[in-house]
Amino acid sequence: MTGIGEGPELIQLDRVDAGYSHHPVLRDVNFHVHEDQFTGIVGPSGAGKTTLLRLLLGTLKPMKGQLSQVNGLRMAYVPQLETVSWNFPVTVRECVLMSRKSANQLPWASKPEKADVESVLERLGIGDLAARHIRELSGGQQQRMFLARALLRQPQIMLLDEPTSGVDVSTRHDVLHLLAELHEEGVAIVLTTHDLNGIAAHLPHLVCVNKRIIASGTPNDVMTPDVLEQTFGARMEVLEHLGMRIVVEEGPHIGAVGGSV
Amino acid sequence: METLLEPLQYAFFQKGLLVAGLSGALLGFIGVYIVLRGMSYIGHGLSHSIFGGFAASQLFIANFYILGAGLWGIGSALAITAVTKRSRLGADAAIGVITTASFALGVALFAKFGTSGPSFENALFGSILGISPQQIYGLVAVCILTGLFVFFRYRALLFSTFDPDVAAVSGVNVGRIEAMLMIVLSLAILATLTIIGVTLVAAMLVIPAVIARMLTDSFGRMLTYSTVIGLFCGLVGMYLSYYAGVPSGTMIVLVGAALFLIVLAFTGARGLRRSAGLDAHTDASALAPVVR
Repeated sequence: MTGIGEGPELIQLDRVDAGYSHHPVLRDVNFHVHEDQFTGIVGPSGAGKTTLLRLLLGTLKPMKGQLSQVNGLRMAYVPQLETVSWNFPVTVRECVLMSRKSANQLPWASKPEKADVESVLERLGIGDLAARHIRELSGGQQQRMFLARALLRQPQIMLLDEPTSGVDVSTRHDVLHLLAELHEEGVAIVLTTHDLNGIAAHLPHLVCVNKRIIASGTPNDVMTPDVLEQTFGARMEVLEHLGMRIVVEEGPHIGAVGGSV
Repeated sequence: METLLEPLQYAFFQKGLLVAGLSGALLGFIGVYIVLRGMSYIGHGLSHSIFGGFAASQLFIANFYILGAGLWGIGSALAITAVTKRSRLGADAAIGVITTASFALGVALFAKFGTSGPSFENALFGSILGISPQQIYGLVAVCILTGLFVFFRYRALLFSTFDPDVAAVSGVNVGRIEAMLMIVLSLAILATLTIIGVTLVAAMLVIPAVIARMLTDSFGRMLTYSTVIGLFCGLVGMYLSYYAGVPSGTMIVLVGAALFLIVLAFTGARGLRRSAGLDAHTDASALAPVVR
């Protein structure tokens, strides 16, 4: 799969304005998510990345324009780690079980439910942490737990808000590999990130956002000095290494010989 | 043993022990959700708001004042939710304005027109002595309703309490669950209002749940512990009230506060760490979850 979105459409945003308390954060957004898509939404803080994600999730209604989803779309959402109350009294197993779609609303889990949870925890490599309180996990383990919770829904599309924020390099690689694996299995992936070199450059498709969609395409298409300047408001140099774009910020070299602040 | 048995020879005490125990258990049980959602201030505000409805209802529909106060409380709860969702007013500001205005109205009505039901002091501080059979039936009915609601909506309640945004995306009707919880909370406050008193109901919503949180990291156990602690406070508070000759609601809350200090002394830093951040959701999002 190319990941740039050629299959049937799952979600369509057409000429959408969206925001909060009658103040638009995003204007005139046209964005279609296809079932084979693997997209990173990049932009500076306050650019509207999370707002775009919430529109796709359907948890934010457009102020203007059209939002449509295919009927019965199974979505999974992985929030930012910082938004979660980690002191909440639940174990890893209980947290993951929450998302399982089930007619069973009784307090205790059935045997098949328990088996499903164990299986997805094993897949994410945190099977031995099932009984731990969520506060006792490292940042990487917390992210894996949320991915396990999302996977348990067997989603057609997974939306992730800054999935590699606050995790180490090794976990970032693991998360990217897992997402690539899920994409190969047919799950559409849309994530937000501000990490241009660590994440965005590795993705097949990028959307640059700053109050509107600035550009959309492969990293080679959009990771250019002009597009990045329009998106981030700062001039950046773009190098190429082994066919991959690398962004170099043109900032001051604090402490460097001859540098200035 | 004599100390325990002696008051039981009086019918009023048997009745009082029953309602105090049930009230403590009910508020302890529902309080877990209130505390974990960072809604303690809502419990406090709602109890004051219902007091306004209580006073107004006695004036206009004397025989059905409980019904009127209940509707008033539910109306206040839904008004707080709506104001928070649709305006830029913060949840705490919305609660502050709506509930204190309602409380002030209640005080004004009491002062001007008096009461045909429980006295002003009884409504504020609670009294076990004047409990009617209808109030006991009402309390039992609310206990059963609350138990059934939590039993059959356990997962949706847990998910929407922990992570309302993801719960909404995962198919939980968070808005409906919130509204149902507010209704159940209003009914619980109403059913215990004249037993524990307006000013002390909020304390019993919070204290058992906080103590339970200090004792465990498991949600299920927290529900059980908080209910048992609420029950314990109700029963012990009643005995102490009998022997000390002070209002029952006051003693129930004092027992809870003493228990809190004892548990704090025993659990120390671990207890404090567990109970830290219980107000993490005291922003508008606690009341205005994303509704799909």
